[in-house]
Amino acid sequence: MKFTDVFLQTSTKILVFIIMTFSIFILFAGHHNPGGGFIGGLITSSALVLLYITFDLQTVRDIIPVDFNQLAAGGVIVSVLTGTASFLFHVPFLTQTFTYVDLPLLGNTELASAVIFDLGVYMTVIGTTMTIITSISEDEK
Amino acid sequence: MIFETVLITALCILMLAILANLYRVVKGPSSADRVQALDSVGINLIASIAVFSVLLHTHAFFDLILLIGILSFIGTVAFARFIERGVVIERKR
Repeated sequence: MKFTDVFLQTSTKILVFIIMTFSIFILFAGHHNPGGGFIGGLITSSALVLLYITFDLQTVRDIIPVDFNQLAAGGVIVSVLTGTASFLFHVPFLTQTFTYVDLPLLGNTELASAVIFDLGVYMTVIGTTMTIITSISEDEK
Repeated sequence: MIFETVLITALCILMLAILANLYRVVKGPSSADRVQALDSVGINLIASIAVFSVLLHTHAFFDLILLIGILSFIGTVAFARFIERGVVIERKR
């Protein structure tokens, strides 16, 4: 018997956008409020898990052609490069700084270098979690 | 002071609701009963966190409300998929 999950598929198509937006908000709110790269990555991977549950492994792999191993490695590289970039300014490893910049659309915005480190943590968490889940789910019965 | 009494009374009633749900989790004859009771526990937990954040005069827990909502939904969908088809994530349809 062929199941068609119309309710689940239609609600997933709306909910994935809301969860992704919430995860990006959590990622950038982590400097002054609760949140940060780790929990943002976990929420993004929960949105991806919802896609994997609703559709199947091959369909999601076709619409999101991301190798999650390479994403985890890229996150680690971004974090390490953020730490070593402080050597260019003759300060110790992993020194962070911030400044206020007038952006065209956002106005006077605080830009911190810790956000780039958080972005590396975010990519690493997504890559590790999705590698674990997809490699468990694609074994033979 | 009367406002805090109202909030603590609401927390006690929510605790009783969670205990009633836990009875269904332990006693429930089928696994669908247990999954639905756990989903209801998650909803009562969201209400408890909302009352707590009013009681503690903070808005640090508002992200947690949305987060528990998302996680409870995804967990219930995964369990429902497991009960229905025996596999959570299919390889190919």
